[in-house]
Amino acid sequence: MRPHRFHGGLKLDGHKAESAAGGLHHAAMPEQLRVSMLQHAGYPARPCVTEGQWVRRGQRLGVAEQAPGVDVHSPCAGQVTELREEDVPQWPGMRALHVLIRPEPPHDTVRLPALDWKQATPEALRARIHEAGLAGLGGAGFPTAGKLAAGRERLILNGAECEPWIACDDALLRAHAAEVVLGGRMLARAVGAGRIQLAVEDSMPAALAACREAITLHGEGEVELVVVPTIYPEGGERQLIFAVTGQEVPRGGLPRDIGVIVLNVATARAGWRAVAHGEPLMERIVTVTGGGVVRPGNYVVPTGMTVAQLVHQAGGYTPDAARLLLGGPMMGIALPHDDVPLGKTHNCVLVLSAAQLPEARPEMPCIRCGDCASVCPSRLLPQMLLRQVRGQQYEAATEQGLPDCIECGCCDLVCPSHIPLTAHFRHGKAELRRRADEAEAAAAARERYEARGQRLAREAAEREARLAARKAATSADAVAAAIERARARKAGKGEGGEA
Amino acid sequence: MRRFDTAPAPHMPPRRDVRTVMGLVLLALLPGVLAHGWFFGPGIAFQIVLATAFALGFEALALWLRGKPLNTFLGDLSAPLTAVLFALCVPPLAPWWLAAIGMAAAILLAKHLYGGLGHNLFNPAMVGVAVVILCFPREFTQWLPPRGLEGAVPPGFGDSLRAVLTGELPPPWRWDSLAQATPLDTVRTLAQQGQTLSEIREHSLFGDFGGRGWEWIANFYAIGGLFLLWKRIIPWQVPVATLGTVILLSLPFWAMDPDLHPFPLQHVFSGGLVLAAFFIATDPVTGCTTPRGRLIFGAGVAVLTLAIRRWGGYPDGVAFAVLLMNCVAPWLDLHTRPRILGEKRP
Repeated sequence: MRPHRFHGGLKLDGHKAESAAGGLHHAAMPEQLRVSMLQHAGYPARPCVTEGQWVRRGQRLGVAEQAPGVDVHSPCAGQVTELREEDVPQWPGMRALHVLIRPEPPHDTVRLPALDWKQATPEALRARIHEAGLAGLGGAGFPTAGKLAAGRERLILNGAECEPWIACDDALLRAHAAEVVLGGRMLARAVGAGRIQLAVEDSMPAALAACREAITLHGEGEVELVVVPTIYPEGGERQLIFAVTGQEVPRGGLPRDIGVIVLNVATARAGWRAVAHGEPLMERIVTVTGGGVVRPGNYVVPTGMTVAQLVHQAGGYTPDAARLLLGGPMMGIALPHDDVPLGKTHNCVLVLSAAQLPEARPEMPCIRCGDCASVCPSRLLPQMLLRQVRGQQYEAATEQGLPDCIECGCCDLVCPSHIPLTAHFRHGKAELRRRADEAEAAAAARERYEARGQRLAREAAEREARLAARKAATSADAVAAAIERARARKAGKGEGGEA
Repeated sequence: MRRFDTAPAPHMPPRRDVRTVMGLVLLALLPGVLAHGWFFGPGIAFQIVLATAFALGFEALALWLRGKPLNTFLGDLSAPLTAVLFALCVPPLAPWWLAAIGMAAAILLAKHLYGGLGHNLFNPAMVGVAVVILCFPREFTQWLPPRGLEGAVPPGFGDSLRAVLTGELPPPWRWDSLAQATPLDTVRTLAQQGQTLSEIREHSLFGDFGGRGWEWIANFYAIGGLFLLWKRIIPWQVPVATLGTVILLSLPFWAMDPDLHPFPLQHVFSGGLVLAAFFIATDPVTGCTTPRGRLIFGAGVAVLTLAIRRWGGYPDGVAFAVLLMNCVAPWLDLHTRPRILGEKRP
């Protein structure tokens, strides 16, 4: 089928060859791993190991206690040396416990019992995916079992790796297309989807060839390959859904509203490993690349390996390494240092050389050229939003689509005035969230206050009623008793007088 | 542990800057300027130099008074672009102080009083032109005949320079006898005398569609405009809406009575319409920024221009049409927001 063309976007230099040429390697197990309990969107897992405990590869390290969340497993055999609380760099302000492990071979794996996916019920498949600790490997890291819980008609496997430099999905498809196809069919069964589409960009010929072969061998006519054009951000969830289905996810809604689920190809493969081999998720492919790395390549990285350890295996930094990014050049986070453990959501470590850095240019006033609007994949008017965010007109900005901004960064790239539009919008969205939280807290406080008022009023009324009742009772009794006593006395006297 | 500097995403160099945008627009004006020079002599070069010098001078003054960095803003080429657009609208032998007054109005009044680059409500070049039209109608309409009209040859370099600086025309030219109205003035004047358009067009002032010489200059403006469209510097909506509306609106009138109403292409190739469609109404700061807004903006410029040509007191209403549309552009933007991805179709 011919994919639909989403609005805007940019054609960018792919820079995939740098890491693809280096091939796919297994990273050597380092001296120490630091496995984070928060490698997914949602609540951190609670560690279920203690310091000094020996663990095996595949053994559970953390238990998800609160939804959304997933379990965390050990990527190696070894001894737990410490539990330490640290910052989580991709979610600023969040802290989570990290399990420090000293690896000790042999790393034989504890496996869950293998499932026959064609016989197993969808519930059993979903339970296995939860047990195996699957979170979206595309970057957002939403717990996969949670996503699968609501039934859908169509499953889209996202192999559109649109951001420059990142090539881990390309490497994965070249090496494991068969497992992606089988995993896709298994996941479609788990979610009840009748249609499976594997979307891959036309700039990945080797991966496409591998996918075609895998679909012929393992697809059994259920999996459809969709070759999408290489336009950033083609791999964005809403953009890909539109490209593949021609349907738009409603504003403020979710893909489930139109019966679609999008899962990254690496997630599909991890699902296959979990079901067919009983293997929990404890490693992933990470692209290490950029002019600041000596030997760029794609590496199978155990969770908990740090950026420094990984870059060291890739030959270390070049002398002109200037900026360290977790993720790609468009949406990646610049890390202040390289002592950061990698997890399930980290697809790329990009080290830009000084020459690859954008030179500092003065910011000019907006000239309203509208180039930003013409590249915005959400069809927003960034030039208008900028004014509203700067003027703190958050209501107007919400109406104009501030919450619909996907922070892809296209507008920044085309802005002739070099305005950091995306940074403004990120700030604006954070402010919207803060205000929503505040409003919610205020509403809750008001409710509590009103409830308290009602309770006090009720209690006061009850007290009054009790008091009044007692008063009425006592006064009536007292009179009656007095009369009784008087009568008794009278009677006594009379009796006595008579006596 | 190695430390690195951080910055917000994206971490890629921007593709363009304001200076490049303005520079490309200036480059695109070059064919039109050369054609102008061929038909009307080197006067346009003096006008451009004068206007640019005044524009940069006033810009520097305003920036200094406002305490803004001179080197950032003086080099953005926005003031020279305003100057060149103004120069293309005034007669090539107009006295030097016309440029001074026009640029003072454009740069000081229209641009910096509103907050400088990006903040002005009205197109600075057109404010300059409007002020000059209103204050100095005589100087604004003194055109020599274009090359090739009854054997006319434009004045040379020295003669032009002297005319601009002193207001004196060397023989054989004299303002009184040879001061030449533009084709649009002629149409108006002769039509008021009761001549039909076919009679008027017999006049040697006219070429194939518009005024002789004028129509060629318009063609060269259009070439520059197509270059800007190709480079995606200007949006297609504005020129298409402007020129399309002129043609669509004048076609039925002309079809009803070709003696009373001009042929649509005569409208297109007369006056500053092509220049406006590609270079003036496309000014991003003072125009619309939404696609539908731009269509309406262009159409509005066309309708107002035709209305002023037909009923107004000024020969060519482009400057006023653009300024009037500038007034409504912010409101148009508010009401023509594109449908956000996933938003219900109205």
